[in-house]
Amino acid sequence: MADASEKPFRVLPRVTPTNEHFWRGGAEGELRFLRCGDCGTWVHPPSPVCPSCHGKGVAPRAVSGRGTVATYTLNHQPWVPAPDHPYAIAIVELEEQPGLRLMTNVVGCPAEDVHIGMRVRVVFEQHDDVWIPLFEPAVV
Amino acid sequence: MEALERRAALTGIGQSEVGRRLGRDPLELTLDACLAAIRDAGLTTRDIDGLATYPGAFGGQPGFSGAGVTEVHDALRLELDWYSGGIERPGQLGAVIDACAAVACGFATHVLCFRSVWEGTAQGKGGRKGIGVAGGGGGGGGFRASGSPMEYTLPFRAYSAASWIAMVAQRHFHEFGTTREQLAWIALNARRHAAGNPQAIYREPMTLDDYLAARPISTPFCLFDCDVPCDGATAMIVSRAEVARDLRRPPLRVEAVGSALRGRPSWDQFDDLTTMALRDAAAMLWERTDLRPADVDVAELYDGFSFIALAWLEALGFCGRGEGGPFIEGGTRIALNGEIPLNTNGGQLSGGRLHGYGFLHEACVQLWGEGGDRQVPGDPRVAVAAAGGGPLGGCLLLTRD
Repeated sequence: MADASEKPFRVLPRVTPTNEHFWRGGAEGELRFLRCGDCGTWVHPPSPVCPSCHGKGVAPRAVSGRGTVATYTLNHQPWVPAPDHPYAIAIVELEEQPGLRLMTNVVGCPAEDVHIGMRVRVVFEQHDDVWIPLFEPAVV
Repeated sequence: MEALERRAALTGIGQSEVGRRLGRDPLELTLDACLAAIRDAGLTTRDIDGLATYPGAFGGQPGFSGAGVTEVHDALRLELDWYSGGIERPGQLGAVIDACAAVACGFATHVLCFRSVWEGTAQGKGGRKGIGVAGGGGGGGGFRASGSPMEYTLPFRAYSAASWIAMVAQRHFHEFGTTREQLAWIALNARRHAAGNPQAIYREPMTLDDYLAARPISTPFCLFDCDVPCDGATAMIVSRAEVARDLRRPPLRVEAVGSALRGRPSWDQFDDLTTMALRDAAAMLWERTDLRPADVDVAELYDGFSFIALAWLEALGFCGRGEGGPFIEGGTRIALNGEIPLNTNGGQLSGGRLHGYGFLHEACVQLWGEGGDRQVPGDPRVAVAAAGGGPLGGCLLLTRD
């Protein structure tokens, strides 16, 4: 985990009972999404009803944290002052289910090394009561 | 199925002064455009019985909305049978699509549609702001992101649609081999056409070298892939077709509309990461008409970011999926005398970010043959206007009999 002095500024999410599994799972080192207990579909962003079977048995479950960069961008524009431009924003798809993806950052490598198809694994960056799920290159 | 939008026609257009930072009352700009459109149709305010706008009196990003339904309703003392303002609709032109439905149903006879922005003045000289940052989020201090799309974008330092759309472009580059040298032609074509538009913000020539040397914003986008915030208002009249033919101008019939969103309504969860909601809106448009892409004489396609116009070209079938890069390369096919003249007023990249309504306005200008130095030759009779990227997408096909 990055030293506190290395953490960039982040707008933090408002944590609610609906989303706290996602934003605080990192406290236990787990990336969690809702999963339907009836049909097994992973659901993101959170919804109280399974989009596949419409069952209400959705509950937080941990994923492996392993995934692939589906796409990315290197952000150069200083929307917010920061010392680390450009940084990599990516959409990562988790290995558990096609289309189970999230927007995130790829860290732990030069931004220029990020590429589509890159194998990555989750790491967490704590800010106050929130653990932001980020991804770093997976050791193959 | 009968496409009932054919009971609707565009009968008048208006636009205020447009500028980078006018420092004028946004309601005054709005009313300038509205009154111009009413006059252009040969109507008076007493004839207007419908009013529609996007996004309504939305209080989010500074300058994003110059006026809502209520302000214009009251300022012009309109007597309305139908009105609609709001942001949850198929893109910016969704308000115009709703207006077509309203006149087709007989809820109204002449609907005044408008869109007003003052982002240039609101953002000041400090440069363009990111979403949620401009509103006070950037300083920390307890601001927390909630709701879609902010909750799942801002914590990852993805502050702007520039980054969200850049990721779609990057995936397109990856799957189809599209290059920056190809994408450049959306921007270069827009600048070329802006030279013929006295209202455009940037009219001086731009070269491919200029484009490639511009500072990066969010790869693969550079500065010239991003539209220019401005102040200005645009308005148009949607009339019931039976009465439209008695007005001042030849009516422009609404041949078909596209409002579909069959994939997930999301910037990052759409099923195909090489395209966006506009794929579905474009598909619906062609499901509602016997006309084909080859019948279209001019295309005015949203370019809030350059790649969005390329994606609309593909979605509307002017080229195949993934073929947009080679299609636009060199800029000949999309020139005024090309096979599908594109963004003849300079789009938003060079013309200014009038947020969707500039495209529909320009489609009408072209079909009425009033483009002046930027007029498409050969008496164009069919035009498509489209707006929106990401989860937003709406389009209209217009014909002049």
